Amino acid sequence: MEVIRKWVQTVAFLFMNSYWAFPWTATIYQGPLKVVCSPGLNCYSCPAAIVSCPIGALQQLFLSARLTLGGGQLFLGFYVVGTMGILGSMFGRMICGWFCPFGYLQELLYRLPSPKFFVPRPLRFVKYAILLLTVILLPLLVVNEFGLGLPWFCKYICPAGTLEAGLPMLILQPDLRQIISTLFYSKLTVLIFFLLWSVVASRPFCQTTCPLGAWYGLFTKVKFVRLTLDKARCTNCGECHHVCPMGVKFNESPDDAECITCLKCLNQACQFGAISLEVAGLPVRSLDIRRLGRADENSD
Amino acid sequence: MALKKKHQNPPAHKWSLAVGSFFLVLFAIGVAVDEPSRVLEQAWQICLSCIGIG
Repeated sequence: MEVIRKWVQTVAFLFMNSYWAFPWTATIYQGPLKVVCSPGLNCYSCPAAIVSCPIGALQQLFLSARLTLGGGQLFLGFYVVGTMGILGSMFGRMICGWFCPFGYLQELLYRLPSPKFFVPRPLRFVKYAILLLTVILLPLLVVNEFGLGLPWFCKYICPAGTLEAGLPMLILQPDLRQIISTLFYSKLTVLIFFLLWSVVASRPFCQTTCPLGAWYGLFTKVKFVRLTLDKARCTNCGECHHVCPMGVKFNESPDDAECITCLKCLNQACQFGAISLEVAGLPVRSLDIRRLGRADENSD
Repeated sequence: MALKKKHQNPPAHKWSLAVGSFFLVLFAIGVAVDEPSRVLEQAWQICLSCIGIG
């Protein structure tokens, strides 16, 4: 199952960034697919991106809301929030584990040999504050004399934007190098910080900072695809704690908002069939569980 | 003695259907007010300040 997940992550990454003509055009894709919001964090100013980042699109709508309302247009993020909500209610944070390019990058970095550390659990609440402040409130409320706000998250925090768009655009359009300022260096520092942290800790950006992960985490109790715990079978051995990339103690909190449904606990940890995958209320038995079942029958 | 009927919450997937439907309505409103064209317009431009340049 882990191999399948890696393939899905790779295909999702390549599909979302499949405008490979950019080295010749030296600019971004400007086709109709950009109207589609990507499920994961994928900067739409990335030269290879063919879809929009929902967090970027939402901020752009909010920061210009006063102007568009003044012009009689009701652009308040219905389309983007609707897309994010539909995805959230179907998959929740499974999107982080299966479809997010920046999550995938962090997973690859964590494979590098190094001492490994846990991300302190209280830091997981920071991302909710980032979602509320930098994606919603500040772009809506802090505006200039023309009524325009700023994309606070993209401008000051998002390391995915620096990596996928900022650095490539500086390579593709050398003229831009003349206008970089301290803002670029501060964002570069943020990017380097998260890349280094990803080597020694599992998915630190997802756990602490990602506003999209925070949004999808809100759907943890109502998503269609979810992992469930059979308490009668659970022995509280704690094996599921060791494999979880998000530091979830599944036997203690099966509805944890951090769970990215990577299925590692189901396939690599639990030997008692206590964890199962449920889609729309229907249990889905994994291949590995079936194999386990056969092993049990053979041992009997 | 009358048996007290046990209160049961609707299963999670029914809630997800309700929540999903709500967001589907939001999505439809967005399409109806032509928000996708605005999203497209923004996504076609390189937002330099968004990516740390300028």
